[in-house]
Amino acid sequence: MTQQTAPAVVEMTGISVEFPPVRALDGVDFRLRPGEIHALMGENGAGKSTLIKALTGIHSPTAGTILVDGVERRFTGPADARAHGVSTVYQEVNLCENLTVAENIMLGAEPRLLGGLHWPAMRRQAASHLKRMGLDIDPSSSLGSHSLAVQQLVAICRATVSDCKVLILDEPTSSLDTDEVAHLFTVMRQLRSDGVAILFVSHFLDQVYEVSDRMTVLRNGSLVGEYATADLPPAELVQHMIGRSMEVLEAAEEVVEHAERPAGATPLLQVVGLGRKGSVQPFDLDLYEGEVVGLAGLLGSGRTELARLLTGADRADVGQTRVAGQVTRLRTPRAAMGHGIAYTSEDRKGEGVVDGLTVRENIVLALQARRGWMRPLPRKQVDELVASYIQQLGIRPADPEALLRNLSGGNQQKVLLARWLATAPQLLVLDEPTRGIDVGAKAEIQKLVADLAVEGMSVVFISAELEEVLRISHRIAVMRDRRKVAEIDGGGATMDQVVDLIAGGGTR
Amino acid sequence: MTTSAPARATRALKIPTRLDRRYLPVLGTFVVLALMLVLGGTRYENFLTPAVVSNLFINNAHLIVLAVGMTFVILTGGIDLSVGSVLALSTVVTAALLQAGLPPAVVIPLAVGAGTVIGLAHGVMVHYFQVQPFVATLAGMFFARGLCFLIAPESIAIENASFVELASWVQIFGGWRMSSSVLIALVVVGLGFLVLHFTRFGRTVYAIGGGEQSALLMGLPVARTKVLAYMVSGTCAGLGGLLFAMYSRSGYSLTGVAMELDAIAAVVIGGTLLTGGTGFVLGSVLGVLVLGLIQTIITFEGTLSSWWTKIVIGVLLLIFVALQRILTLRRT
Repeated sequence: MTQQTAPAVVEMTGISVEFPPVRALDGVDFRLRPGEIHALMGENGAGKSTLIKALTGIHSPTAGTILVDGVERRFTGPADARAHGVSTVYQEVNLCENLTVAENIMLGAEPRLLGGLHWPAMRRQAASHLKRMGLDIDPSSSLGSHSLAVQQLVAICRATVSDCKVLILDEPTSSLDTDEVAHLFTVMRQLRSDGVAILFVSHFLDQVYEVSDRMTVLRNGSLVGEYATADLPPAELVQHMIGRSMEVLEAAEEVVEHAERPAGATPLLQVVGLGRKGSVQPFDLDLYEGEVVGLAGLLGSGRTELARLLTGADRADVGQTRVAGQVTRLRTPRAAMGHGIAYTSEDRKGEGVVDGLTVRENIVLALQARRGWMRPLPRKQVDELVASYIQQLGIRPADPEALLRNLSGGNQQKVLLARWLATAPQLLVLDEPTRGIDVGAKAEIQKLVADLAVEGMSVVFISAELEEVLRISHRIAVMRDRRKVAEIDGGGATMDQVVDLIAGGGTR
Repeated sequence: MTTSAPARATRALKIPTRLDRRYLPVLGTFVVLALMLVLGGTRYENFLTPAVVSNLFINNAHLIVLAVGMTFVILTGGIDLSVGSVLALSTVVTAALLQAGLPPAVVIPLAVGAGTVIGLAHGVMVHYFQVQPFVATLAGMFFARGLCFLIAPESIAIENASFVELASWVQIFGGWRMSSSVLIALVVVGLGFLVLHFTRFGRTVYAIGGGEQSALLMGLPVARTKVLAYMVSGTCAGLGGLLFAMYSRSGYSLTGVAMELDAIAAVVIGGTLLTGGTGFVLGSVLGVLVLGLIQTIITFEGTLSSWWTKIVIGVLLLIFVALQRILTLRRT
């Protein structure tokens, strides 16, 4: 598929980017050929985003040259890059929800009539672009009325409108479900056969292997190497990415020790017929000490909504909750915390960390809130606590005074975990704790969850990655269409079995 | 904005009321306006007459122009607190220069241009120096008001013959009267509508309100558009001053105190979200008419203190903001 001989459409040589005192990129070479899907791999903080931003002119490199189509370029920004055929689609859909689909696709290259916008032509052209992408939506509907996946595809559609030679996809799949990913890949392959060079960034290794022809691996701002995907086994790739042995990863693979639950034990949390209109259909669930319960299901199947009901983040309309056998109403997260129930949201940035505060402040936040503001924690105790969690969870940089916004996603997640662990909860509900973080940190968090269960904590683990749920859970609750459809034993479950349950036969 | 009706209908089944919702606040304003007209018409004689409706426009022409400019700024997610002061500055500049003997052909561009320049300053402060719009235009408000007093502390009457002739130009169709200021205001409304809906600048204004970062990454000219939006508002304020000078035949440094709040109220009642991105110029015009009609009804009532106007406006504002809040809440 790759044309080895084709001249590179993008050739970056010796690129360095500095944010004093940090050197984010150090002499990196990168080559992108027409008609290939090229994966840019690396852990969080390896410099992937920085390299992309250097190419599109958001950051200006302190050294190195960028050739696009053989001409040296330093773009002044995304608009300039786009004008020269280099378009980017970001992880968060950066379009305007209040405008119509047609505008979101065409603005910037809109057809004109007497100096103004030519609406009918704009809608017509947008419709034909959408059709090429296999999307059947009304161009004059507002973008906000469509799902995130459709918005993502609209964003790609926008990128391909102007004469697009290079398409950069930064984590395009992180919020899509399996079907949507498949659709996206079809579109990507089609663009590839049209001769577009695609730069693809993803944390999902299986996706990278499925779709890419070639990969470039970065580590700590330096180039590790460029490989043909077919010649690089996944294990080797991971080693290149994290630059350390596979021990941590393997440790996580082995953790599924299924301790027998003592017969007749009282569930720590028992819910009967709990539900909320428009959110989740009534469901039953028992959570025991020392057990990890996984929630599997597609995006929008009600996983998060179920977690929010369990933890008082949303109020249930019907049903009953028993904490340690006692009927209790959990009206607010604060009430749930009082019963030792902690919840980390899937929206790490919006509902999790406070990114303008330091690591120390973020970690003690929940503990302090529970004590009340009248009784501040002694500073010495805070320092000890924070130091112990930084060490225990391997938070980098190991600086209690570092601002949270300067930490990578994985480390922010660890801080969030530390915050709730500090309150010594009995039940920890983790919603997508490993989303968008690198392989090493992911394995560390999985291992931590397993250890917590061994120590007697009850954990609810939600993840879009089935493998992860299967590997880590003692029991798996399967969600479909906002309903809990099954509960299976994690030990014996296979991927196919769970996928069948999720698909539910006949629904698709 | 029409597409094939069947396509829209099938979509509407899947996403109920989504498309209508964009027009809902404006529709609400329209209903309120219609109700007030019916109420006035049944309660008072001579209410639903061409004369009353014509006067509604004549008395509020300047406010319509201010509201159009304000709509641009609010759509980007900003605010312009200076328009009342800039309007006063424009009346004072007009009156003072005419008194000094300059011809209207020179005076009018200068008075309007003064507003444009102040708008430019706001835009630059907001975009390039990242000053919050509230603070930047608050500074502009004090600056313009101070400048008025510097030029002329007392009221100056306008006696220039050709200016008075321009101001008193009236076209009569039956009972309807159309003054030059109403004509200008309507042209401004039409231009505002065309610019917002049929130019890239206009759509970029909406895009910035929808998400400035997104607009930037979409490669739209955010900097230029934001500065231009404040210039539009400044220019409208300058033009509003001109209309007010024509209306009052004078220039006075204390005109238009708190008029910026009337303009903001009109825009909000007209269904534009203060967070930006949603709203229509025509809605703002309806908003001005609602405000004007409240005044008219209270005048007709005769016994009521004119301060009731303020109370009714306050209540209406509250209702409209609550309505918008419900709509946006349901969207998420």
